[in-house]
Amino acid sequence: MALPSCQQRALRRALCSTTVPTRHCRAAVIRGYLTAAVSLLTKMAELGAGSLLTGDPAFNYHEHELNERLKRLYPAVNEEETPLPRSWSPKDKYSYIGLSQNNLRVHYKGHGKNHKDAASVRATHPIPAACGIYYFEVKIVSKGRDGYMGIGLSAQGVNMNRLPGWDKHSYGYHGDDGHSFCSSGTGQPYGPTFTTGDVIGCCVNLINNTCFYTKNGHSLGNNLMKNDLRPNLYPTVGLQTPGEIVDANFGQQPFVFDIEDYMSEWRAKIHSMIARFPIGERLGDWQSVLQNMVSSYLVHHGYCATAMAFSRATETMIQEDQTSIKNRQRIQKLVLAGRVGEAIDATQQLYPGLLEHNPNLLFMLKCRQFVEMVNGTDSEVRCFSVHSPKSQDSYPGSPNLSPRHGATNAHLHNTGADSPTCSNGVTPTNKNKSHNKYTGVSSASSSPSSSPSSVNYSESNSTDSTKSQPHSATSNQETSDSEMEIEAEHYSNGVTESSTRIMNGTYKHQEILQADDSSVGNGVADDSCSSRQLCGGNQAATERMIQFGRELQALSEQLCRQYGKNATHKKMLQDAFSLLAYSDPWNCPVGQQLDPMQREAICSALNSAILESQNLPKQPPLMLALGQATECVQLMARVRSGSCSFARVDNFLH
Amino acid sequence: KCLFHTEGLFKPEKKKKKNFDMKNAVIGNNRQKANLIVLGAVPRLLYLLQQSSSSLELRTECAVVLGSLSMGTENNIKSLVDCHIIPALLQGLLCSDLIFIEACLRCLRTIFISPVTPVQLLYTDPTVIPHLMSLLSRSQHTQEYITQIFAHCCKTPEHQTVLFNHGAIQNIAPLLISPSYKVRMQALKCFSVLAYENAQVSMTLVNVLVDGEQLSQVFVRMMQRDKPIEMQLTAAKCLTYMCRAGAIRTDDNCIVLKTLPCLVRMCSKERLLEERVEGAETLAYLMEPDIELQRIASVTDHLVSMLADYFKYPSSVSAITDIKRLDHDLKHAHELRQAAFKLYASLGSNDEDIRKKITETENMMDRIVSGLSESSIKVRLAAVRCLHSLSRSVQQLRTSFHDHAVWKPLMKLLQNAPDEVLVMASSTLCNLLLEFSPSKEPILESGVIELLCSLTQSDSPALRVNGIWALMNMAFQADQKVKVEIVQALGTEQLFRLLSDPDTNVLMKTLGLLRNLLSTRPHIDQIMSSHGKQIMQAVTLILEGEHSIEVKEQTLCILANIADGNTAKELIMTNDDMLQKIKYYMGHSNVKLQLAATFCISNLIWNEEDGSQERQDKLREMGFVDILHKLTQASDPNLCDRAKTAMQQYLA
Repeated sequence: MALPSCQQRALRRALCSTTVPTRHCRAAVIRGYLTAAVSLLTKMAELGAGSLLTGDPAFNYHEHELNERLKRLYPAVNEEETPLPRSWSPKDKYSYIGLSQNNLRVHYKGHGKNHKDAASVRATHPIPAACGIYYFEVKIVSKGRDGYMGIGLSAQGVNMNRLPGWDKHSYGYHGDDGHSFCSSGTGQPYGPTFTTGDVIGCCVNLINNTCFYTKNGHSLGNNLMKNDLRPNLYPTVGLQTPGEIVDANFGQQPFVFDIEDYMSEWRAKIHSMIARFPIGERLGDWQSVLQNMVSSYLVHHGYCATAMAFSRATETMIQEDQTSIKNRQRIQKLVLAGRVGEAIDATQQLYPGLLEHNPNLLFMLKCRQFVEMVNGTDSEVRCFSVHSPKSQDSYPGSPNLSPRHGATNAHLHNTGADSPTCSNGVTPTNKNKSHNKYTGVSSASSSPSSSPSSVNYSESNSTDSTKSQPHSATSNQETSDSEMEIEAEHYSNGVTESSTRIMNGTYKHQEILQADDSSVGNGVADDSCSSRQLCGGNQAATERMIQFGRELQALSEQLCRQYGKNATHKKMLQDAFSLLAYSDPWNCPVGQQLDPMQREAICSALNSAILESQNLPKQPPLMLALGQATECVQLMARVRSGSCSFARVDNFLH
Repeated sequence: KCLFHTEGLFKPEKKKKKNFDMKNAVIGNNRQKANLIVLGAVPRLLYLLQQSSSSLELRTECAVVLGSLSMGTENNIKSLVDCHIIPALLQGLLCSDLIFIEACLRCLRTIFISPVTPVQLLYTDPTVIPHLMSLLSRSQHTQEYITQIFAHCCKTPEHQTVLFNHGAIQNIAPLLISPSYKVRMQALKCFSVLAYENAQVSMTLVNVLVDGEQLSQVFVRMMQRDKPIEMQLTAAKCLTYMCRAGAIRTDDNCIVLKTLPCLVRMCSKERLLEERVEGAETLAYLMEPDIELQRIASVTDHLVSMLADYFKYPSSVSAITDIKRLDHDLKHAHELRQAAFKLYASLGSNDEDIRKKITETENMMDRIVSGLSESSIKVRLAAVRCLHSLSRSVQQLRTSFHDHAVWKPLMKLLQNAPDEVLVMASSTLCNLLLEFSPSKEPILESGVIELLCSLTQSDSPALRVNGIWALMNMAFQADQKVKVEIVQALGTEQLFRLLSDPDTNVLMKTLGLLRNLLSTRPHIDQIMSSHGKQIMQAVTLILEGEHSIEVKEQTLCILANIADGNTAKELIMTNDDMLQKIKYYMGHSNVKLQLAATFCISNLIWNEEDGSQERQDKLREMGFVDILHKLTQASDPNLCDRAKTAMQQYLA
C-alpha cells in the first residue's frame, strides 16, 4: 500500500522528527495528517472502483461464467502454462471460413463446389492434458446447402483446406452421413446424421485415449482413437457448402450433454484405483512410516504434550530434546499471542546469535511487533495497561497452531473478493496491487499454489499469489515483482520452502479467530468493549509506539546501509506505518495486518529458523511428502498423463 | 456325534449357557444348523422366545440363534416356517425393547427374502404392516430390515395397495436420504416394486418431496455415474415404472437425458451379466410405447451392436480358461439372450430404419432363427417377439425373412407351444402371410390352413384373432384353390360362429376374410352358389344387430362384392328385405355406410351385364333413383361421385 508522497512525508515527519513535541501537540499533529490521508485515500478508492465498472457488463458476465465453468471442469489445468480453448482462432483457419460473435460463430464463405472447397478452423489453444477429460459442443445454426459439416479434432499444422478427420492427426464426425473419420479419407459408420438445430459435442478422454461424440445430449458411443494420438489436439470444425453456420460452446454456456456426470464416473474410477493400490509387502513398515510422519509433524509444530503422548502410544522415538520443543512452543505461543517483543527476547535468550544472523527475520519480527503495538497486544504497550499482567502464561485468544489442511477451502477462499491477502504466507505485509480484471485469471492459475496445504516452489508462484491478492489500492506492478524476487531469495530456494509451514492452518483459523475476536479480544486484555483503540487507548503506550516506530525506521536504514536497498523491507515498513493513517485501523484497507492470523506466517518463519539452527529439518516430512505428491501430479500433466486431473492431492485432504 | 442336548434347554439354570453354546456352534456351519433343527430345537427356542417370563436377554439370544439357523439352507428355512416361526417373531415385534425387536426383524428378514417362504404370510395378520411402518422410525437397523422385507414381499397389485394404504410412501421416502447406504438402497428397492405397473403409487410418487426436493430428482441423483451400479440401476427402474404408469412424460428430461442413457450404460460390456440383463429388460420396457425413445436409444452408445455381445456367452475363452467362469456364463447365457431379444423387439417396434439396423447386425437373423428353437421357453418367446417386431417391415419381409426361411422354425414353434408363445408366433405368421411376402407360398404349401383353423377355435381371443387374421391375409388375392381350401377347412359352421364372436376384432377379421374370399367374379359366384344362403343370413344378422359402424361398413362391402358376381347378384335382387336394408343405409347419417351401400347398388345396376335393365327397373320402382339423385347433391365428394356414376347407368 503506497501512500501519496505528501502524506508519506507527513507521516514520516511524525515518526522521525527529531524535535519531540509535547504530548498533546503530537497527538494533534498526527490526527491532522491522518485526516488528510483518509480523505485522499477515499478518493483513490472511488477512482479504483470506477474503473471496475467500465467495459460491457454482459460480456463480463459471460466471461465470468466461462471462467467459473472451466475452473470447475478442469481444476488441474494451469492456464498460465496451458491455456484452455475459449474461441476459434482467427489466424489458424482456411480463408473460406468467416468468424463472428467473439470468434465463436463459424460460417462458410467459399464456393462449395466440391471437397476441394472444404475449410476448417482450429481453436486458439490445444487441449491441455491436465484436463483429463475435455469437452466442447457445436450447435448447427444452419446446415447450408448440403450440410457437409465435420466436428472433431486436429493437430497443429494439419491442412485447413480439408474437413477434420480426412488427414493424419485429425478426427471428425460428419453430418451428411453420420460417419466418423479417423485420420482417413474413408469414414466408418458411426452415428446418426445431423442437421440444423442439432447440438453436436466432442469429448476427448485423455485417460484411456478415446473420443466420442454426442448429439443433443446423448452419447453416441466410443470411437477408439489410434494409439498414435498426437498430443496437443485442437478443437476443430470444418464446413464445405455455402450457408453452413455453426456456433461453438467452449463452456460459455451450460453443455447439453452432462459432461460433469461423465467426469464423475472417471473420478470415482481413479480414486478407487488409488485406494486399492497395493502398498509394500510388509504392513508394519508402512505403519511405522505413517507414525513417524505424524510424530515429526507434531514435534515440528511444537505440540509437545501431544507428541509425547503419541510417541508413548506408538513406541516411536522423538529426535528432538523435549526442552527444545517446549522452548519453541513457548516462543511460538508468544508470537501467536501478539507478544512479539517478548518472543524476540526469548529467542535472543534461548538461541543467542540466531536473530543476529538473520537480520531479515529480525526485521520482520520488529515490523510485526510494531503492528502488534498498534493492536495493543505487544507487551511493550500492554504494560501500560492496568489489567495486563506481564507474565501471563495462557493466551486465551491466541490462535493455536493446529494446522488443518483446509484444501477444499482454497477455492472458496480465492474467489472471495475480500479474502485474506497472504495466500502464500511469506509476506503478510505485502499488499501489492493487481487489478480485478486480472484476479480471476491469476487466482485460477495460482490455485494450486495458493491452496493452504500445497507448497510453493518457485519465485514465479510466489509472484502469482501476490498478484492474486485482491486487496489494497495502487502501487505499480514492477516493484511488487521485484520485491517478491528478493524475498524469494531469502526464504525460498528450491522445492521445499518455508511457505508450506507458514501456511498451515491459516484458513481454518481465520474463522475461529474472527469469531473470537470480539469476545476474547485476542490478547488486548481489556478489549471486551466494542471499539478497539490504538495501542489499547493508552497515551503512554502510543508514545512508546511512536518511539518504537522510529527505532524501526532506524533499523531499516541501518539494514539498508549494510545490505543495500531492500524493497520488501521498505514495503513492510510502509504498510505497517500506514496503519496510523486511519482513525480505525482495524477497518481500513491495510487493516488486514492487524488480523491475528497474520502472526502465523512470521511465527512459522521463526520456528523454521530455530529448527534450522539446531540442524533439524526446517520442514516436516509430512509436508515434504505432500509437496512431492503435488509436484508429481503437476509433472503428470506435463508428460500428458490425463489421469492427473482426477488424482489431485486436494481430493485426499479432508 | 451330537454336540447338543436339547433337554438342557428345559432346565432353567442352563438355558442361557446352552443358548450361548448353540449360537457359537451353529454360526457358519450348515450341518450343525440342520442337526439342531432335526433335534427339535426350534419349537423350544420359539417357546422361550414367546415366554414373557423369560429374561429379555434370553429371548434376544433365542431370536439370534433362530436368525443364525435361518441363514442356512432352504430346507432349514422350510422347517422354520413349518414351525410357525413367522407369527412368533411378528408377535415379538410388539415388545418394546429395541435390541430384541432388531433380532426378531433380522431373522424375519432372512426368512422373507428366501424364495421358499410364501410372501402371503406377511399379510395374513392385518395389524402387521401398520406395526412395521411404525417401527421404521426406531433405528437404522429396523429401517434396513423392514424395507428389505417390503421390497421382497411386494409381488402383486394387492400387496402394493396394502403397503400404499398404510403410508408406505410417506414412511419410506425420508429413508432415501438416510446416512446408511443399506437403508437408502432398500428404500429405493421398495419404491421400484411399489411403482411397477401401478398408476396410483406412481402418481403419488411424483408429488412427494424429500427434504424439499422432488422424488424424481432424488432418483436422478441416485443415477449419477459415480454412484454404485446397483443404485443407478434401481433408481432407473423406479423412474421407468413411474414413466410407464403415466406419472412422468416420456419426453421429460429425467427420462430422455438421464434414465435412458443410464439404462443403456447398464447394457455395456463393463457391467456384470445380471446387471446387463436387468438393464436391457428395463430399457425395453421403458421405450416400448414411444418411438422417440426408441430412436434415441438406437443411436446411444452403439446400443444395437452392443447387444450383439449378449449372444457371445459362454465365450470360447471362458470354456478354456476357467471352469467357474464357464459355469457362471452358462447360467446367464439364456437370460442374456432373451433380454437382448426383448430389447431388439422394443427397439424395432415402430421405426423402419431401426429394424434395418437390427437385421444388419452381425448374424442377427441366424440368432433369431436359432432362438426360436431353443430349449428355454423364455428365449423362444423373446425371439419370436423380436421376429414379430421386425416382421412389421415390408422390406424385411421381402428380404432377410425370406433369405433365412424364418417361416420354417416359426411353423415348428406353432406346433403345441404354450399360449403366450402361440400368440406371438401366430401374430408373426399373419405378417408373413401378407400378399407381398415371398414366404407366403412355402407356408401355404406346408399345410398351415389346418393349424390356423384350429387356432380360431381357441379359448383365447388373441389366438382366435390371429388365426382368422392369418386366414384373411392368406385369402387376399389368392387362387381359387386356396380359397376353397380355406372354406372347406374352416367349415361354414365355424365361420358363422366367428361372425357371432364376442370379440369385435375376431368379427372384423372374419368379415375381412369373407370379403377377401368374395373377390373376383368367378370366385364370388362359386362361393355364393355353394354357401350363398348361409352368407346372406349372416349378413342380414349383422346388419340387423347392434354393431359398430366399422363392422356394418365391412358387411356392406361384402354385400357390394356379392352384387358384383354374375349369378350371385340374384341373391340380393330376390331378397326385398335386403334391398330395403341397403336403401336404409344409403340414407344413413354415416357417410362411410352410405358410400358402401351406394357401391352395392351401383354394382347391381351396372349396364354391361346381363339383366341389368330388369334390375334397374326394379330398383327404380323401389325408389332407389330418388335416393341416388339426392346423393348426387351430397357434400361428401366421394359419395357424390359414386351416386353420379350410378345415375349414369340409368341414363346410358
